[in-house]
Amino acid sequence: MIAVVALIVLLPFAAAVAGLLATRLGTRNLGARSGPAAYRRAAWFAIVPGAVSAALTVWLATALARRTAPAGGRFWSELLPGRAEGTLTLVETGAAPISLTLRADGLSVLAGILVVVVALAVQVYSVGYMRDEPRYPSYSAFVSLFTSAMLLVVYAGDLIVLYVGWEIMGLCSYLLIGHWWEDRANSRAAVKAFLVTRLGDVGFLFGIFILGTAAGSFRIDDVLRADILQHAENRGTLIAATLLLLAGVAGKSAQVPLQTWLPDAMAGPTPISALIHAATMVAAGIFAVARLYPAFLAAPPTLDVLGVVAAVGMLGAALAALAQSDLKRVLAYSTISQLAYMAAALAAGSDRAAMFHLVSHGAFKALLFLCAGLVIHHVGSNLISHMGGLRTALPVTFWTMTVGFAALAGLPPASGFFSKDAVISAIEHGTGPAQPFVQASALLTVGVTGAYAARAWLRTFFGPTRIEPLAEPPPGVAHVFDGREAPASMLWPAGVLAVPALLLGLAGPMTGVEIEWGSAAVSLAVALLGAGIVYALWRAAPEQDPARLLGPFRVPCERAFYVDAAYAALVARPVLRLARGVVRTDARLVDGAVRGSGRATLGLSALVRRAQNGNAQLYVTGLLAGIVLIAVAAVVLT
Amino acid sequence: MSWLPIALVAVPLLGALIAPAARDRAVTWGIAISAVVLALAVTLAAVFDHARPAAMQLRTDRPWIPGLGLRFHLGVDGVSLPLVVLTALLTFLCFVHLAGHPPAGGRTGALVVTLLVLEVGMIGTFLALDLLLFFVFFEVVLVPMYFVIALWGGAGRRAAALKFILYTLLGSAVLLIGLLVVWTQAGTLDMVALAGRHGSGIARSAQIVAFLAIGLGLAVKTPMWPLHTWLPDAHTEAPTVGSVLLAGVLLKMGSYGFARIAIPVLPEGAAALAPWLGALAVVGIVYGSLACLAQRDLKRMIAYSSVGHMGFVLLGFASLTPVGLNGALFANVAHGLITGLLFFLAGAVKERYGTADMRRLGGGMLRRLPYVASLLTFACVASLGLPGLAGFWGEMLALLGAFRPAAVVSRPLFLVFMAVGGLGTVLTAAYFLRMLSRVTHGRPVETIPPGPPLATAEGVREVLSEAGEGAEPVEPVAAAAAVAALEREPEAVADVGEAGATGAARALGAGAADAVETGQGKRPFRDVTAHELAAWLPLVALIVLFGLWPKALLAVTTPAVQALLGPGVAP
Repeated sequence: MIAVVALIVLLPFAAAVAGLLATRLGTRNLGARSGPAAYRRAAWFAIVPGAVSAALTVWLATALARRTAPAGGRFWSELLPGRAEGTLTLVETGAAPISLTLRADGLSVLAGILVVVVALAVQVYSVGYMRDEPRYPSYSAFVSLFTSAMLLVVYAGDLIVLYVGWEIMGLCSYLLIGHWWEDRANSRAAVKAFLVTRLGDVGFLFGIFILGTAAGSFRIDDVLRADILQHAENRGTLIAATLLLLAGVAGKSAQVPLQTWLPDAMAGPTPISALIHAATMVAAGIFAVARLYPAFLAAPPTLDVLGVVAAVGMLGAALAALAQSDLKRVLAYSTISQLAYMAAALAAGSDRAAMFHLVSHGAFKALLFLCAGLVIHHVGSNLISHMGGLRTALPVTFWTMTVGFAALAGLPPASGFFSKDAVISAIEHGTGPAQPFVQASALLTVGVTGAYAARAWLRTFFGPTRIEPLAEPPPGVAHVFDGREAPASMLWPAGVLAVPALLLGLAGPMTGVEIEWGSAAVSLAVALLGAGIVYALWRAAPEQDPARLLGPFRVPCERAFYVDAAYAALVARPVLRLARGVVRTDARLVDGAVRGSGRATLGLSALVRRAQNGNAQLYVTGLLAGIVLIAVAAVVLT
Repeated sequence: MSWLPIALVAVPLLGALIAPAARDRAVTWGIAISAVVLALAVTLAAVFDHARPAAMQLRTDRPWIPGLGLRFHLGVDGVSLPLVVLTALLTFLCFVHLAGHPPAGGRTGALVVTLLVLEVGMIGTFLALDLLLFFVFFEVVLVPMYFVIALWGGAGRRAAALKFILYTLLGSAVLLIGLLVVWTQAGTLDMVALAGRHGSGIARSAQIVAFLAIGLGLAVKTPMWPLHTWLPDAHTEAPTVGSVLLAGVLLKMGSYGFARIAIPVLPEGAAALAPWLGALAVVGIVYGSLACLAQRDLKRMIAYSSVGHMGFVLLGFASLTPVGLNGALFANVAHGLITGLLFFLAGAVKERYGTADMRRLGGGMLRRLPYVASLLTFACVASLGLPGLAGFWGEMLALLGAFRPAAVVSRPLFLVFMAVGGLGTVLTAAYFLRMLSRVTHGRPVETIPPGPPLATAEGVREVLSEAGEGAEPVEPVAAAAAVAALEREPEAVADVGEAGATGAARALGAGAADAVETGQGKRPFRDVTAHELAAWLPLVALIVLFGLWPKALLAVTTPAVQALLGPGVAP
């Protein structure tokens, strides 16, 4: 069975290698621009291995479901009781060894299904979206590489192996955000995304060091069985380790205070936003916490920190989403907000609710991004103010995106209603000292979420048509489309994703998630209230932006509370100033000392040379003086 | 008694002696000789008993100068084997590159002789098991490298070469003093015997003095902050093959000395001075990264990145743990591969654009030279330590070593070093990505056109498609651009200030001069050549291989470093 797991991970990797190296072979065009043959071949390389991987994942899920449950399992042990693990080899390092281990259990299969399904949908969608794109082969290869790296994270049985996948995802994110690198802004966004997540990843690596050294092994099973989790006297070390891990989680899952890269990451092609910056990579942080959940449960202060971080992030990001004028940025901020929900559920002690919301959010947010891509494709602009009245022009997009928005706002029967209810009831049952704060923030966020979802929905699909004929945009914006709807290869993935986005919630009771009707009713009422206020404002003046309800707070919300500016002033610019200072110091001081010593030697030699001036009298005088000195010394010393 | 180590040293030496006879075919001769050496090195790796890499194998021990007790003692173990193979490989690749890209200074035959002598010294250093023999080989390297920089270098080559040789000779003098202290105290020059004693027989104070002297001597070569300033000048001015060998092998000789001599022979001295070594190492990491962040010259930036990367190597050594030493040795090899590739690429860029100044390179290299730019991206990503590529494992293991250092050093101190080093990895990523963003991204019209004659229809189409966006002249006039650059130079120098006096201004001057040549010669602006690919792809393959399968290296080094540290020092 572990061979199947290895195949699931390696197939997309092979696809990436083939896509990078083999698309242009034999097409008699090895230049940078790819012909149609390379394009077709790249599409096959992208889709076929992804589809096989998806099929194998389904097979794996059924195989695991048929096993019997071990005693004392985690939340997935009723649904997917089986597990498999295989170690390829043990790498001796001189300290704790690294084991190249893959493992498959209920948690990894849950996340794995999400990854392969969304990745496949995005690859199919990209064939249409990236048509006429000269660099499609490298694009699809990077998507395949990303898929492989994410699957490596999901199926890793060793923390270092997990970290390898974790970082390669970061690289793919960088490469794909910067796909349209002609535009400097995209390039900057890519660099920012990599650096901010890398900052968190350093903490993550140090957290791994602590856990691995304490357990004497980096294997996840050994780590979770280590003494450090059992004995109270190790509490301090464990808290340090989990807090450091949390830094990496905050980086990857775009949580406060490392959230600023995600909205900028929307500079990448829209399918990338759907795959990496909505459904999968950003969820990796949540997944990592769930994977190491026993360690986090043994360190309650870490969970309290996580809860506060989540509470601040969910409300702040939701308010920011309400004020954005770019459709993709609305969705980006909403991703931060929804990921904070999952983090809050983890902080409240329910990994079940967090994973439930992770999967359903993955489905509906990927759907929303793909639909946003359809809209942007049609309109030729990302700005909501350029959209409007698209309901009739894009009927399929309208209905699928409506499903997505309903799920986002938590309206029944869409999946978001059930998963969000699970999260909120988990928060209600939380016990941490920050629990009231988290709960209040969660409820407020439900209202704001309803408001921004309604705003985006109404402004995109209803009201007056605002399409203006736009010039052919430069690379990096979007494509102008003449047809009414996008091609079928783009509609189908959205349509297929709409099914789980709508129905996945009904599977909740199957996995043991009970619906608490009381809290569900309250949050539904709050969400409807938020949506209703926006609707009322929009009805009063459809041509105006309902975001005006924020009043004087609108500009701070639009700028996401000036966090970016603060980082630029407090981190980026001082570091650059320091760098210039170092270069000056290096030239003047460090190298100056070297050159100075050279000059000093020359000066000294010039001094000595004065004695060697060719004057015979001076030489004889010196000789005599020397003899006298030696004679005196001989007399005195003997 | 084995003939392999002797052959590894003798073949390039004989090759260098006979090379003048090859006349016009000097490069072919160089390729042949270095291929033989590479084959010998691969044979060495194959014959090497991988079941016991801790033991010194394939030894040759002959009396050399009996009056002084000097012996011609060569051998190889898990520590030196990877470096021997790396040296043979990089030298071979340099010759392959030379075949397609003759040096700008002419006199190819002389360069071949110089490089072969260089190879004798480099391989000999890694094989020597007698302290003075080690020193002799260590010194043999300096002279050919001096000539490589002074004869085939850039505009400021003479000053750079002089600085290089004086600085490193000074270091060698200190190193010799340290080696003599060891000799007088221990009474033997045999490195195997000395390492086997783990310091017994040498008083603690003598150990500290000897470690200080040897460490200083090696630190100049490595280089350790603040003894690094010869390196940026030497790297910037050296021709491509010189930079590759300088970064790829010569720096490793310093760090190899730590693993082979300083730490195993003088454990108490190492324990006393390890905190200082670690502190200077992390300062080097952060300082080197910051210096890179503000560099304008591509080659100079890569040179400073070596300061940062070698900081990780030294941090690994300073931890005095098996895992730290492992990390240091892994980082050594990885840095040789990656920085070798980076310098090849920087040389290729400089050859095409006529400058390595990032402001004048402009952007859009991914459009103009897609293959070179993609490989540059790959090399930078490898160098910033991405897991899955070779650069990661060395850094990670060095940091892991600092996380739990040997019992004899202060743990909180090393935790601080680890945290600072971790920050250094972020800065490393920052300067590489910033450089990539400036050079490979953006639109190519932002650059000063270097004047390619448009030979292909593809090129015409590209220029025409860009003409819509900007104003790239279809018939670019490089000479005019170079004149413009020359005119701009005074203000650039004023802008750089004193700092410019050493490097930046020289680089600018060289760039401008090259640009004039480009304009006159009208060289085509082409993507990778076959020779370049042949020289680069083995490095790419090895970077990926060691990244995905670190065990290939760690299986050889782990037992060796455990033996080096002995039972006493390991935690």
